This record gives sequence, C-alpha cells and structure tokens, in this order.
Amino acid sequence: MNIINFTPITALTGGAIIGLSVIVFFLLNGRLIGISGIASKVLTEKNNRFDNFLFLIGLIIGPILYTLFARQEINIIISDSFILLTFAGLLVGIGTKISGGCTSGHGISGIGRFSLRSIVATITFMIVGIVTVFFKNFL
Amino acid sequence: MSKLASLISGIIFGVGLVISEMINPEKVLGFLDFFGNWDPSLAFVMIGALIVSSPLFHIIKNNKKPLFAEKFDYSNNKNINKKLIFGSALFGAGWGLGGLCPGPAISSIALLNIHSIIFVVSMFIGFYLVKSSNLNN
Repeated sequence: MNIINFTPITALTGGAIIGLSVIVFFLLNGRLIGISGIASKVLTEKNNRFDNFLFLIGLIIGPILYTLFARQEINIIISDSFILLTFAGLLVGIGTKISGGCTSGHGISGIGRFSLRSIVATITFMIVGIVTVFFKNFL
Repeated sequence: MSKLASLISGIIFGVGLVISEMINPEKVLGFLDFFGNWDPSLAFVMIGALIVSSPLFHIIKNNKKPLFAEKFDYSNNKNINKKLIFGSALFGAGWGLGGLCPGPAISSIALLNIHSIIFVVSMFIGFYLVKSSNLNN
C-alpha cells in the first residue's frame, strides 16, 4: 500500500459540511438523510415526495452554486464505459434498496446514531468495494 | 417551510460533496484501492461528517418535535440479516466498479456528464426493480 493524493483538510471540511446538512434536515424536518432512500422514495412513495424531490434538486444545485461563487471548475474523472456504468448503477440501485441505505444513510446517519446494523452494512460495502477494485485493477 | 428546508439541506450536502471531492469517482476509487495507491480521504469525510452530526443528533432527538414537521421520523430497524449483508455487498460491488454512490452520482448531474447520467438512470431502474419485484419484503 502506498498513500497518495491524500487531502485530509478538504476531506474533513467537506465532511463537516455534509454533517451540517444532516443536522439541518434533522432539526427542521425530523428525518435523517440517506440519499438512496430519499432518491428511491421519489420514485416509489407518495409521502413527502415533493420534499424528497427538492432535496435531490438541491444536491444538483449545490455544485452549480459552488462553481458560481468559488469561481472554480469542478473536474471529475469517471469511467467512459457505458456497459460498466449501467451495470454499476443497477448494482448500486438494487443493493442500496435491499439493504436500506448507502454511504450516507448507513455510513453517516446510521453510524452517527450508533446503529449496529448500519456499522455492519458499512463494513460490508467497504470490504466488497475494496475487493472489487482489487480485482478490477488486477484484471 | 419543510420544502425549503429540504432544498437547502440538499444544497449544503451537494457543496460538501464538492469541497470534499467525493463528487469525483476517481477520488472514491482511490479510497477503495486499499491494496494499491490508497487515498484515505473518504474516511476523513466520514469522520468530519460524524463529528458534526452525531453529537447534535443525540441532543436534537430529545426535542419535542422538529421545527417543520409533526414528529421525528427515522429508522429504528435493528435487523442484521441476510438482506442487509447481501444488499450491502451488491452496493459495494457497484460502488467499486464505478466509484459512484447515490449522493455524488446525483450531484454530478450538475456537470452534465453523460456518463454519470447513465449511472443515475440505471440506479433508478435498480430501485424500481427491487420495488416491483418485492425483493424488499
């Protein structure tokens, strides 16, 4: 293992802002953020549908406001294989719906309230993610 | 007011994803490349989020009610079962393949990147497949 590209300050700062978002949503609307839950419920549940939809719109507006105010372009590097992305998207959609959470719902909101279930989920998806990347780089 | 709160929470979350660079799949894949060139940043994002959210959650949950809703409403599911493990494993595999999880994927729609849009559409199809097949019950 070599440690590279490590950005602890922006990681902690960005993380704290994400934590703030969880708290704002909890204090005002009484719910804990899990993006897979919010996103899938826009599709499947009438209850709070518009609230959930607006949250997702906010997620998209966030980076746009950042670009406008910080005057900094956001660059991402993403796979260009349509097949891989389609397959990965299906796995993420199916997996998070079955397990009831993703990196935010289990990894932040769940661990934050000391849920053993969420700790088990987070360890599982991290280990499988690490193994997947290991084999992907190996092949 | 709850609508505005939802929108603002989403915006704050999205800005956090940009500043932490978690919106960038390569950054996430760097974290998952534990046995190669490892980038521990994602762990620090989680730590930063938990330092802020966890103590405040435990204080706020004792309030009578949230400001813009009738009651607090969060999961108290304690079941650790095959579904949890199986679903988390599928998610982990998809996460490792693409470097995208639901939050960053949806946020990156802002960049009008066709690749992340394809991922998001597939993800929603995945949600729908589980819902319509009753795998969830």
